[in-house]
Amino acid sequence: MSLLVFVIRRLLYIVPLLVCAVTVIFFLVHAAPGDPVDYIIGEAGADSEVVARLRAEMGLDQPVLVQLWRYVLQVLSGNLGYSLVSSAPVLDLILERFPATLLLMASQYTLSAIIGVLLGVLAARRPSSPLDTALTFLSLTSFSLPIFWLGQMMILAFGYHLNWFPIQGMSNLREGYTGWRYALDVAHHMVLPVVTLTIFNLGLIMRLTRASMLQVVGQDYVKVAYAKGHSERTVLLRHALRNALLPVVTVVGLEIPGLIAGAVLAETVFAWPGLGRLTFDAINSRDYPLLMGMFIFISFFVIVANLLVDIIYGLLDPRIRYQ
Amino acid sequence: MSMSVPVSTSLPAGPGRRAWRRLRRQKAAVFGMAVTAIFLLTALLAPSLAPYGLLDIGRSFVPPSAAHWLGTDSLGSDVLSNIIYGARTSLIVGVFAMATSSVIGITLGSIAGYFGGWVDDALMRVTELFQILPQFFLAIVIVALFGSSIWNIVLVIGILAWPVTARLIRAEFLTLKRRDFVEAARSLGMSNRDIIVREILPNALPPIIVNGTLQISGAILLETSLAFLGLGDPNVMSWGTMLHNAQEFFNRAWWMAAFPGLALFLATLSLNLIGDALNDALNPKR
Repeated sequence: MSLLVFVIRRLLYIVPLLVCAVTVIFFLVHAAPGDPVDYIIGEAGADSEVVARLRAEMGLDQPVLVQLWRYVLQVLSGNLGYSLVSSAPVLDLILERFPATLLLMASQYTLSAIIGVLLGVLAARRPSSPLDTALTFLSLTSFSLPIFWLGQMMILAFGYHLNWFPIQGMSNLREGYTGWRYALDVAHHMVLPVVTLTIFNLGLIMRLTRASMLQVVGQDYVKVAYAKGHSERTVLLRHALRNALLPVVTVVGLEIPGLIAGAVLAETVFAWPGLGRLTFDAINSRDYPLLMGMFIFISFFVIVANLLVDIIYGLLDPRIRYQ
Repeated sequence: MSMSVPVSTSLPAGPGRRAWRRLRRQKAAVFGMAVTAIFLLTALLAPSLAPYGLLDIGRSFVPPSAAHWLGTDSLGSDVLSNIIYGARTSLIVGVFAMATSSVIGITLGSIAGYFGGWVDDALMRVTELFQILPQFFLAIVIVALFGSSIWNIVLVIGILAWPVTARLIRAEFLTLKRRDFVEAARSLGMSNRDIIVREILPNALPPIIVNGTLQISGAILLETSLAFLGLGDPNVMSWGTMLHNAQEFFNRAWWMAAFPGLALFLATLSLNLIGDALNDALNPKR
């Protein structure tokens, strides 16, 4: 099957998954105590006329399935509702913050993938050596660390105590930098959150790479590569690693929701103006439409990211050409 | 959030090195078990261990001192006492969330693995859907909508975490159900139910035990993450809530953040170390 057909088929697969996510959220809101209208008007309350009008507008007098159908259509057309706090469209609020989150995620992801794979290969080179033991312990430590606490400790050490890095936000608003000076400023602000997230994700990638390398090095083609007289470095990096990366890609793909959760927590600690901060504010003001919209948006993002992972997988492994 | 990854494979090594390795592994496991034992005792004996009650309020922002070993927080309550009570919350959440997800996961996983066919297909589609939904955000929405009582949180984590257990159990069942002893049981006229519960399940449990310890630490981390975002149960002390409160007072009271987080880190790390050691011990292939 050609790549194009594969991609199109997977793109079509997005719709039912998204509908499922929307359905889940719909029934949750319906099952929640109180009337859906309460979640729209918030805790401030409104007089009975407004409530009645809202109920009619939302079609709450209709059968549940009709309501669900309407809601699904509404979401698929890109309308995620309106924020209780700012009354701006939820999708606009999310899209406005998304680039900041994406910047953080892409940077930490690149870093943790490079360092994690490298350390994983190093650990697998001499299993049970002191280096391997140390790295294994390090990786266990890495995913036992509560990321928000790690972030807080980074702020205490490198922000308050040593005063090396700014502790909050994405740029120094007071200075009003522009151009490359602004980019440098953002980079300076990024250091702590990115390092925090990298430490957090490093362990998983390292551990997977190590386990996967150990399975690969026993195989015939690796022995053949050694027998041909290639250096260890060439064999490990050119022959073994290429194949060892496949399961790593798969699992990291499955872990994307976890990565976003980590990003949200880290952003909250560092007051990074991305989705995390938006979530935090939405929770504390009980902005239900925004929380629901966030869930749907993240679901969509995860589904698309998984599609990309599938495609990368296919490109890496010529044996699996999208059956 | 948590997952089990195969940890070690052994290459040929001399007897001395092997013994040394085992010892070292045991060291990590012993450390894990010791810390977990302290954690358990602290949780069980919280009221008699804590130097101050939850409602004892004194001066705010007292740094670590003889009267308050780990200082006091913004409201003037003792950080050490709060950590001790927080252990109780974490233990309850960890154990009961793990139990909930295990019951659901084992039931659905064994049915899917044993019967196969459309039952298996249907159940696996459901687990796939569950795994693709961003669970952390789902948890946020559910807790925000249904309230943040501790039992709600337990239920939410349990309901979100079962797919991993179900998949593991299913995989075990798929191989085990073709074994001779199952054939024998069937030809003796045992009911499906008895074959599943008495014959296959006991043999399928080892990976579930490893996964169970990881799920406890995962549940503890998820609860504290929710509490950190402001979705903790206001009626109980949680390490996450303590870290949530500390966030505002970084410049004044580093001890408000440092110690609860350290407790949380040690608890999850030791549970993960135990899981790691169990993984090695229960898996004869390694």
